[in-house]
Amino acid sequence: MESLAPFRQKSHAKDFMNINKSALSRPFSGNRVLPGFQLTLGFTLLYLCLIVLFPLSALLLNTLSMTWEAFWQTVSSPRVVASYKLSFGASLAAASVNAVFGTILAWVLVRYQFPGKKLLDAFVDLPFALPTAVAGIALTALYASNGWLGQHLAKFDIKVAFTPLGVAVALVFIGLPFVVRTVQPVLEDSEKELEEAAACLGANRLQTFLRVILPTIFPAVLTGFALAFARALGEYGSVIFIAGNMPMVSEITPLLIITKLEQYDYKGATAIAVVMLGASFVMLLAINLLQAWMRNNSTKERK
Amino acid sequence: MSAAIPAMTTVAEPRRIEPPYMPAATTEPTWVRLSLIGIALLFSVLFLLIPLAAVFVEALKKGWEAYAMAIMDDDALSAIRLTLLTAAIAVPANLVFGVAASWAIAKFDFRGKSLLLTLIDLPFSVSPVISGLIYVLLFGAHGWFGAWLLEHDIQILFAVPGIVLATIFVTFPFVARELIPLMQTQGNEEEEAALVLGASGWRTFWHVTLPNIKWGLLYGVILCNARAMGEFGAVSVVSGHIRGETNTMPLQVEILYNEYNFAAAFSVASLLALLALVTLALKTFIESRLDHGEDTDPEEHTK
Repeated sequence: MESLAPFRQKSHAKDFMNINKSALSRPFSGNRVLPGFQLTLGFTLLYLCLIVLFPLSALLLNTLSMTWEAFWQTVSSPRVVASYKLSFGASLAAASVNAVFGTILAWVLVRYQFPGKKLLDAFVDLPFALPTAVAGIALTALYASNGWLGQHLAKFDIKVAFTPLGVAVALVFIGLPFVVRTVQPVLEDSEKELEEAAACLGANRLQTFLRVILPTIFPAVLTGFALAFARALGEYGSVIFIAGNMPMVSEITPLLIITKLEQYDYKGATAIAVVMLGASFVMLLAINLLQAWMRNNSTKERK
Repeated sequence: MSAAIPAMTTVAEPRRIEPPYMPAATTEPTWVRLSLIGIALLFSVLFLLIPLAAVFVEALKKGWEAYAMAIMDDDALSAIRLTLLTAAIAVPANLVFGVAASWAIAKFDFRGKSLLLTLIDLPFSVSPVISGLIYVLLFGAHGWFGAWLLEHDIQILFAVPGIVLATIFVTFPFVARELIPLMQTQGNEEEEAALVLGASGWRTFWHVTLPNIKWGLLYGVILCNARAMGEFGAVSVVSGHIRGETNTMPLQVEILYNEYNFAAAFSVASLLALLALVTLALKTFIESRLDHGEDTDPEEHTK
């Protein structure tokens, strides 16, 4: 660039240098060579405020108009507490099932060759693409006492539909892609050399897996688990059909919000919603921390 | 050092394309491999394939005639129309937002960027029921704007605008999330070059940026559309379930199912399941294009 500069007028040369400097300091140049910053950022903020922030703040402000006693009484009534237990427990169980089987799925998809692998890979995302209500009625039809799967389970006296177990089954379906899709890229990037080194040093395959592979993918498994858990906590559509919705037994927290709304108990619905929102924020924070850990882990490995 | 890098890549290259060379020490015994593949397949068949198959089997249980009748039913047709209308408004709205947000975030540097990214992701961590509830609190009869809306005879809740708003909320992050990382990795050089060569801002966007991000854009739009058409929880809260008027397809499925009209419910559900299959197919196709783009891009730059 310096060889070009002397042939240019000074002001032009300066512009040129500026552009060049900004191009060097990629990826975030901080330059304003490109137009449209104010327009796009302004629009982004306006749209974000109108659609997301303003309505969400309405929820929080509405709770402020409640007294603390009224709020506490609503969110700690036995029926609501029973629903927390179910939502929390079933989500935990479903996310755990997904952590185990999702890791196996990711492993199989990355490491092995078998017919139908590409199809399976595409199908893993089905729970993201299939509307939750459709998943809900399909699972209910399958696990009802006269359904394809339910009638066989009934022989062993296992009831799935209209019990807490059914809630967990629906949540396993909903959370299935999360663990697979977070573990898969990490396994793809993991270095085979480390495993070879472990083998050379005399480790058997199980030792290599436990001491070399598992530490590499563990942050990803945990992140996928947290994502599946967070999604399961708020899930509604797929659960309400299979749950049976018996108060104190198989009633999830999101359904209670709807029930309160149908009784025109706006305050009660808002109070429960705020508790759920709090839980979501805690999960969001946890997931962000986990993802930072994941990134650290992978950059350390590169070095 | 510079000689060592190409040598390393040539060694690593064939391993990625051909089935990997696996010495016995770094693979699992055959029985472990086969049983892992077996477990993965069994789990996917049980939780993905059987539920999907159940939708179509149940839909066609009473034959093709009943199937066609259920879909050509007036209420079903109006539900289909409403679903298409909702997606036709919500998807373009979030598309424009996604492009604007990713331009501002990926091309410029400013304070509070990570906070903005978190806020954009926020609707994903909010339960769909709460996404509906916040609009009830704003526009419902007892909501903030309820009295004013009633006075001016404007109906938002239990009408199309409410359904569209709730859908926009739940599909808010899809396009932006897809585009921001894509545009960040592409950097600013190409746009800067176009501007230096005298192109206007818009022309740069249409002729330089858009061709670069088109597959990512399409990917986001497809996922956004699938969710917009399939959303159940949020829409169920704001819709009011008025037959033939404010029922989207997922809500129509629910109503038919609750009336024990299972065949009709599954018929409408099968349309949504088809949508999911089309979404998965397009998604897989676009992913291959995106991977392709990533593979060829570095070569183009070095040439």
